[in-house]
Parts: sequence; C-alpha cells; structure tokens
Amino acid sequence: MSAEPGPLEAALRGRRSQGGKALVPYLTGGLGDWQAGLAAAADAGADAIEVGIPFSDPVMDGPVIQQANDRALAGGITPLAVLDALGRLDIGVPLAVMTYYNIAFRFGLERFASVLAEQGVAAAILPDLPLEEAGPWTEAADAAGVETVLLAAPTASDERLGRICARTRGFVYGVGLLGVTGERDELASSAVVMAGRLKQVTDVPVLVGVGVGTPEQAQEVCRVADGAVVGSAVVRRMLGDGGPAAVGDLVGKFRRALD
Amino acid sequence: MTMAEPVGGRFGDFGGRFVPETLVPACEELEAAFRSAWADESFRSELNQLLADYAGRPSPLTECHRLSEELGLRLLLKREDLNHTGSHKINNVLGQALLAVRMGKTRLVAETGAGQHGVATATAAALLGLECVVYMGEVDMERQALNVFRMQLLGAEVRSALSGSRTLKDAINEAMRDWVATVESSHYCLGSVMGPHPYPWMVRELHRVIGDEAREQCRELMGRDPDVVTACVGGGSNAIGIFSGFVDGDAALVGVEPAGGAAIGRGVPGVVHGSKSFLMQDEYGQVLEAESISAGLDYPGIGPEHSHLAAIGRARYETVTDDEVVAAFELLSRTEGIIPALEPAHALAWVSRDRQELAGQSVLLNLSGRGDKDVDQMMDRLVADGSASGDDGQSE
Repeated sequence: MSAEPGPLEAALRGRRSQGGKALVPYLTGGLGDWQAGLAAAADAGADAIEVGIPFSDPVMDGPVIQQANDRALAGGITPLAVLDALGRLDIGVPLAVMTYYNIAFRFGLERFASVLAEQGVAAAILPDLPLEEAGPWTEAADAAGVETVLLAAPTASDERLGRICARTRGFVYGVGLLGVTGERDELASSAVVMAGRLKQVTDVPVLVGVGVGTPEQAQEVCRVADGAVVGSAVVRRMLGDGGPAAVGDLVGKFRRALD
Repeated sequence: MTMAEPVGGRFGDFGGRFVPETLVPACEELEAAFRSAWADESFRSELNQLLADYAGRPSPLTECHRLSEELGLRLLLKREDLNHTGSHKINNVLGQALLAVRMGKTRLVAETGAGQHGVATATAAALLGLECVVYMGEVDMERQALNVFRMQLLGAEVRSALSGSRTLKDAINEAMRDWVATVESSHYCLGSVMGPHPYPWMVRELHRVIGDEAREQCRELMGRDPDVVTACVGGGSNAIGIFSGFVDGDAALVGVEPAGGAAIGRGVPGVVHGSKSFLMQDEYGQVLEAESISAGLDYPGIGPEHSHLAAIGRARYETVTDDEVVAAFELLSRTEGIIPALEPAHALAWVSRDRQELAGQSVLLNLSGRGDKDVDQMMDRLVADGSASGDDGQSE
C-alpha cells in the first residue's frame, strides 16, 4: 500500500501489533442519548466506533437497526446534525460513519468527504456501494483523506476478496454470514471461514461483523480475525431502557472477552 | 435509436449495480445466465411455448370505437389485461422462473405492490414446482386482500413488510434482505425494470414481446405506427415493454405517473434498490413515500432506462391525479365494456385530459391489467359518494 495508513487503520494495526484484538461497536446517530452512548463505548474499551447515519431504506440491516433508523429519523435527525455532533465530540477513538450511498450521493460526494474530514471522522462504510461502483466515492474520499472501508462477503471468490482488500482502507469488513445485520443464537461457521480467507489475502486488519452479538461469539471469531464489529446487540441497549450505561456495560464485557 | 443492452450495466447516466457486496456475485451469475439463455434457441422456444399455451399470447389489439369518438382521437388498446393472471406481469415471471430453474434455484422471492406481480410469480412457481415467498407492504395487503388470498391459493407464502411506509418500496427492501440471506438457493424474481443490473435490461427483454406484437398489429390495422404510445409508469415495466417496439420509430412515447408517485415529475437523481435513477427524496437523500390510489404505482423511484429516455428526450412523462384516474376507470368501463386496473387507468386519464392536444391522432395505450382486483376499492369510493352511475345519481 502506498499511502500512510489513516487514523482508523493505524489504531487497529496498533492493537494487533500489541497482540490484541480490535473491538468496534456500532451505534445509530440520533437515537436517544447517542453521544453519551459513544462516550460510554469509548470509555469501556472500544478501539474505534461506527456511527450510523440513519437512512430510510437500510437494505443491509435487520429489524433492530431498522427500528433504530426509523426512530432516529422520526426524531428529526439529519446527516449534517450527526456530523456536526461528531465534530464536537472528543472521545479519543477514531470514528467511522456507516450509511447508505444515497446519503453521500445527495450530499455531493466531494462535499460529503470534505465534511467528514472537517468533522474529524476517519472513515466511511457504505454497505450498498460495492467495489465496481465505488470509484467516484473513493476518489473523493482519498482526496479528502477519508478511509473507505469495503465489505467482503462469503459469496465472493478468492480473486474478488483480493481486489476488495487491495482497495479497502482502515480495515476490511468481513460479513460473517449470508444475511443482514442482527444477533444470532450462535456464531455462523461462515464467520471464522470468512476471517481465514481474508487473512490469507491481506495484511490489512480483518474485522468480522454481522451476526456477532455476544462476547463469546466475538472471542470465537477473533481466534482468526483481528477484531469484531458489534452492531445490533449494542443498538438494542440504546433502544431499550438501559441507554448509554447499558452500552458501556456491554462493550466492557466484549473488551474483557477479547483481552 | 434502439433499445440495446446497457453498456456496463448503465443506460446513459442511470442504472448500475448498487447492492450489498453479498449480492454482487449473484447479480453477475444472473447476468451471465440470462445472456446465455436469451441466446439459446431452446430456452426461447420453451418460453414462447409457455407464453402462447399458458399465458395466452399474443394479446389482442382492441380498437375503441365508442371511446375514440367521445375523445376525438383514435384509441387502440394493447390488451395485456387478457393474459393469464390478468396483467403483463406474467411475461416477465415466466421468463425469470424458467431462468431460475436453469440456474438450479429452487425458491422464488418476490415483492408486490398491487399484488399483480406477486400473483404472477406465485403462478409461475406453482407451474414449475418452485417454492415461493412474496413480500407485500402491510398497507397493500389490506387494500388488495383478494390478491393476497390468490397468492396463498397458488401455494405461495405472503409475508408482510412492516417497516417504513409499508408499501411497495418496503416490500422491495424485505425481498432484498431475504435474498441476501438465501442467495444460494433463491432467485429474486424482481417485478419491474428496476433494481441492480441485469434486472432493468432482463425484465425489459422479457416484456419486449408487448411492443413487438403491438407494432405488428398496428401496422396490420393502420399500415403504420401509431402517433402516440402511452402507458402508466410505477417502476415502468409495462411502459418499457410497449415502448421497446416503437422507440426506433417516430411515435411519441408518453409515460404516465401518479401525481403522488412521480419520480420523474417530482424527483431528482438518486440511488436506491440497486440502481441510480430519478427518485422522490428529501433534501437529505431520505426516500419519500409515494401515495396514490393505485398500489401498483406507489413507488417513489422509476426504472433507470426511463430516466435515460427522459434525459435524452425520447420519452416524456406526465402526471395525473387520483380523481382523473377514477374518472378514466369509469369512462372505459362505461364506453367499451372493459374495466381496467387502476394502473393503466392512469394512462387513459392522461389521454382523456389532454384529448385536445391529441385530437385526430392515433394513440396506442398499454392496458396492462384488468380491474377485478380494484372493484372493491372503487365500490367503496364510488358508491360511498353516490357518483357510481353515469347519470347524476338518478338511478337506483
């Protein structure tokens, strides 16, 4: 890779080089006291945090994150309001926004990338923007110094995984199973396989998400993966009564399981 | 111009393949499978056989003498309402279901708005022995209860989409989520010329038969193409089907959108459900909820090839109101003895409203579905306000 790793990749590589496993929780922007949730997650040991910018049609998300999106949108949250808040936040870990391509497209790709950079957001994850369509966005993101995290799925050939890993920045997001985001009773066997296949083709940090909902499942996938992304389990705490305190509690349990 | 294969999955600036990574290999596999099947004589003849013996093609061209006189123009209807299952949707699903079998898939997933595509998919699944799951918005399940029951009779499982506006757009989200999880065994039988490449191209090719037949029938009847070819547009499959027979000629092509779901009339380019196209959205990129009297047209987007045809000026897109549609629904019933579905009643509403502009011209309208499914809804609306009869409420 020619460029210096950005802040997200540097943080994740740093964790790996110390022999640790990376933990990246996901929270939905605009949902309840989400900024306190982010701070609680950072305090509890997250290496980086994904922040969802709600979208009306989240096709890669299961019921929990759909509900979080709907509730945040009903509360009047806008992409700019999420980004403004992130710019004022100082929680000491790199942030990645996760949203759908139309949000960035409507914003204007260059403008979206430059606003992310201005607000101190390290990276972007756009789950409906596969490699073949990513060119215009990655060009804008690269120019602004924003890392673009690409997803890799169990359905891809090894050759395709190689191309995805060559283009991803920050980390490569291994999709742990065939399906949308959400907790499952057991870790799918495909999660560990996915991690192993990615580790074979890249030196970029390999994190696995989708279907990783308990500390035990994170531990299991991290026997091979460099880290785990935990979304719905965290968001469910924010949807319920527990709020930020419950998020901190859960993230702490994941941290201890991985250390 | 002709309607060729999109270049790199794009029609000009529109189209593409904006899907979760999990689905990219499935879209590639589907594209290769369709290209090979479409070039395979045995596949084409098997499909043509089904279209003839099972669906009842060719569909007739009906000249509307009484209504033509009333409107002051020459109105021709392409009778897709007479196909098996009552709409043009059967053309597409028979092709996709055969393709699914050819690809070794055992399960069809589909979305439906009015229920026409769901019924057609359930029908094809029953015919070919495939499992079938149809997603339908909760709101649509209520207003199209008869079609829900039809699908169940045909052996399909109907699942309600409970998120968002609980209409067609949300049913598509649910169908895509299902496909992400079941991609190895399932084929997503998408019902319109939308979605990721190859769907807009493949579905157009499967509906091209409408335009090809209509052109031949018009030439036989009039010795030439009609002056105007019109059809309703939600996603736009029946419109693309009939336009494809005339796009390289001189006929004016007019798509008609509901005022409450006018992607071209009220939208700006955006990306949802796999492709870039005109889209009703707010200033932040949140997709708006379409609202019209017709469940089949309640879609905030439009197929990418329509956006392209609009952008290059080859087709134009008009909007009509619900009230104009209801008047057209009654007009065709009363003057020609044909109760249309509310969807094609949109196209007739435009013809009727703009009759002066169209005076003396020949107008070919794709009558894409029959009105049986809408009779309940119209009875509530028309009988409730006492306006169901043509003679000012004097009848009993």
